[in-house]
Amino acid sequence: MSTQDHEERTIRCLVAKVGLDGHDRGAHVIARAFRDAGFEVIYSGLHKSPDEIVQAAVQEDVDVLGISILSGAHNTLVPKIVAGLEEYDAFEDTLVILGGIIPEEDRPGLREEGVDAIFGPGASMQETIEFIRENAPER
Amino acid sequence: MSEADDQRRAENERLIEELLNGKHRALARVISNIENRAPGYRELVSRLHEHTGDATVVGVTGSPGAGKSTLVDKMAETYRDRGETVGVIAIDPSSPFTGGAVLGDRIRMASNVGDMDVFFRSMSARGTLGGLSTATTDAVKALDAFGKDRIIIETVGAGQNEVDIVGTADTVAVLVPPSSGDDVQMLKAGILEIADVFVVNKADMDGADRTVQELREMIHMRNDSPLAGTAGHHGVDESAIGDDTGDGEDDDGWEPPIVETVAKSGKGVDEFLETLTDHRAWLNASGELESRTRERYAEEIRRLLREEAAALVETEIESQGGLDEYVDAVAARQTDPYKVTDEVVGPIRDCIDEG
Repeated sequence: MSTQDHEERTIRCLVAKVGLDGHDRGAHVIARAFRDAGFEVIYSGLHKSPDEIVQAAVQEDVDVLGISILSGAHNTLVPKIVAGLEEYDAFEDTLVILGGIIPEEDRPGLREEGVDAIFGPGASMQETIEFIRENAPER
Repeated sequence: MSEADDQRRAENERLIEELLNGKHRALARVISNIENRAPGYRELVSRLHEHTGDATVVGVTGSPGAGKSTLVDKMAETYRDRGETVGVIAIDPSSPFTGGAVLGDRIRMASNVGDMDVFFRSMSARGTLGGLSTATTDAVKALDAFGKDRIIIETVGAGQNEVDIVGTADTVAVLVPPSSGDDVQMLKAGILEIADVFVVNKADMDGADRTVQELREMIHMRNDSPLAGTAGHHGVDESAIGDDTGDGEDDDGWEPPIVETVAKSGKGVDEFLETLTDHRAWLNASGELESRTRERYAEEIRRLLREEAAALVETEIESQGGLDEYVDAVAARQTDPYKVTDEVVGPIRDCIDEG
């Protein structure tokens, strides 16, 4: 076919703050680091509901959905988001990662829900970016 | 036909069918393929074309911080109240260094959250000039074919690229924030010519009246056509006559109105939308819509031809071992860039001549 059809793959990420948690310093830092890594970053803004996050992830067709939760409500919010993604047929090819304060004992359950990776306070930015580069869904 | 091609064809088939059936995910993926220029995206767009032509397309542009996103949000809300569906394409710049971007316009779409019938898509200017306007044109087609009644293109107005992008729209609204001497600067950059409607947003702020006044003067200056005026003062010669005819064509019977809005509170938004409707009616009545549409298609064809021809030449050069040898020869003054071009294009020209 045409020689014009060369692929220029840019990784798109949605950095999402969900629920009543108002701490977005981390989300900002991550958004900037992603941008500097050459990703296209869509930032959701604060206090979004799971529905809003789903709407954004579906419409923007992001490769990666990064959810930041520091409020402890992850066990309630994450399953809602995953269910929403499934409803719109967007779960299979979206890499879902989670950041913030997630206790060790909650992690296995969240992974089972469909979270691909969890990055806690000790995780390095480089580590996160590498993980995304390696695991961004093939489309 | 390879297996990959078959697969792609089947995938495209599925995407088209799902998009026409109103599946959001398919629309989102089609736009991604358009943006990525993914293999087979051309077939996608070409299949969509026959389903387009029903949406009205409005471009909203203006300097950063003028309130574009907030106004677009309120526009979408009003359209939705009337039962119309809305598609928004918001374009943000990307870093020329890393290619990365933070696309932030979505945050301001507060009135339409959770409403899937407002399809909001962020796009970044991915480097190549011109590539973005192709992608925008194609993404608009996808939204149109999907069945959106209203499509809004939102972009920072800062130069040729943006002027090209809003050229995709039937009606272009230029937002001007009150005060700040920068207004005039912005208008210098060719924005004045593309505006069908001026919006002085944040009209509750100091200096709004003055900005309206300045704009009014500027529009009148355009209408009075200072160029023709000066030529006239210098006596009648052929060039002045030429200018006059030119101005006659320029005078298209639509003077851009100035609307005042406070997007944050929604004040003036109804009037703004009414003005857009007026412009649309004028486009229809004057035949301008048809001629603009034709011009747009002509430009689209030209652009694709340019791209395709350039790609052909590129492939030919690659197959001959790249540009390096030519560059060496040019640097050594054995030949020059014009001769090289002749040499490369010559065989193609011969083909055409024989045909």
